[in-house]
Amino acid sequence: MNLVREFTKGLYRENAVFKLLLGMCPTLAVTTSAENGIGMGLATTFVLVCSNVVVSLMRNLIPGKVRIPAFIVIIASFVTVVQLIMEAYVYDLHKALGIFIPLIVVNCVILGRAEAFASKNPVRASLADGLGMGIGFTLALFVLGSVRELFGSGALLGFSLFGAGYQPFLLMILPPGAFIALGLLLAAMNRFDNRRQ
Amino acid sequence: MKGISRLALALTLITAGAGLVLALVEQVTREPIAEQRRLETLKALRAVLPELDNEPDRDTVSLVVGKDKKGREVSRTFYRGRLTGNLSGIAFAVDAMDGYSGRITIMVGIDPDGIVNGIEILNHAETPGLGAKITQPEFKQQFVGKGLDGVDWRVKKDGGDFDQITGATISPRAVVGAVSRGLSYFREHRREILAPQSAEEKR
Repeated sequence: MNLVREFTKGLYRENAVFKLLLGMCPTLAVTTSAENGIGMGLATTFVLVCSNVVVSLMRNLIPGKVRIPAFIVIIASFVTVVQLIMEAYVYDLHKALGIFIPLIVVNCVILGRAEAFASKNPVRASLADGLGMGIGFTLALFVLGSVRELFGSGALLGFSLFGAGYQPFLLMILPPGAFIALGLLLAAMNRFDNRRQ
Repeated sequence: MKGISRLALALTLITAGAGLVLALVEQVTREPIAEQRRLETLKALRAVLPELDNEPDRDTVSLVVGKDKKGREVSRTFYRGRLTGNLSGIAFAVDAMDGYSGRITIMVGIDPDGIVNGIEILNHAETPGLGAKITQPEFKQQFVGKGLDGVDWRVKKDGGDFDQITGATISPRAVVGAVSRGLSYFREHRREILAPQSAEEKR
């Protein structure tokens, strides 16, 4: 069992957003700025790591027939924990992400990793897998959020870059901009991968 | 049957464990969350009220302003700001249901004569870059100093006194309408709103 390999596969090779195209709902919806992307990514990472570890610990105790409801209960509990903690300590981010925090429950990346990996592998490998997948997800949301914020508001992480004369390309922070930006990023990545081969 | 009871037992244990963890976290975060919500209200109140030295969220009057679709009573809270004990301003939140996308919640601050001291947009889902410009100071500033008398509470496009926003008339129209309805309500119920705090309201 190669822990490093389990960790790094989520970063690029099997990146949830860019390679597997999982978790599209939060990816497309909250990436109107780089900060929102990071916040959503970190919240998801926390849930992913915790649920992977707990599912892996209990993998021999949960009967196969009820594993899906059991996973969902575990995931939903951690999501609620994240939501309460964010509301208590990072209120502004909690407000900006709004309904998409409770919706982490239905993020298929998390259930996907619980089902495909954590329920079949030991705890340390599941931890590495969850951490890698989560950080990969965060990176993807950060990149998409940065691109959209850069063109849509002329800023990066809230800092204005192009001066007052810049006419923001509003489409990029509206919903269609998410699809366009993601499509272009995927195209660029595929080209990069094809070149390398 | 034995199989099913085993499944039920497993799920029961998992949900019980989850419930225990959630109860603990809720207990720890309850105070900070209440504090954050209070700070948010106070921030909006300070932004719209004149200078004050009391805690306006502890000096309130709640009045029933109407009924919702299901027939339940809807009440509105009036926050009263005081400076050295004298009433300096009143603040209340109004909703505009006729925005471009969903409800717009606006905190309105007025002086005791019903002249607007400031408004603050608390919540909205208007289009970024267009309708969302209702949150910008240039838009909110034009309400300051205006009362019901001598002001036409419509946007300029409709023949009124308020600037709309280029590319977005619906959002400003909704805000102007909601604020003016709030002012009318205040004028009609001025006596109850300014009445001294009753014993049951005191906390």
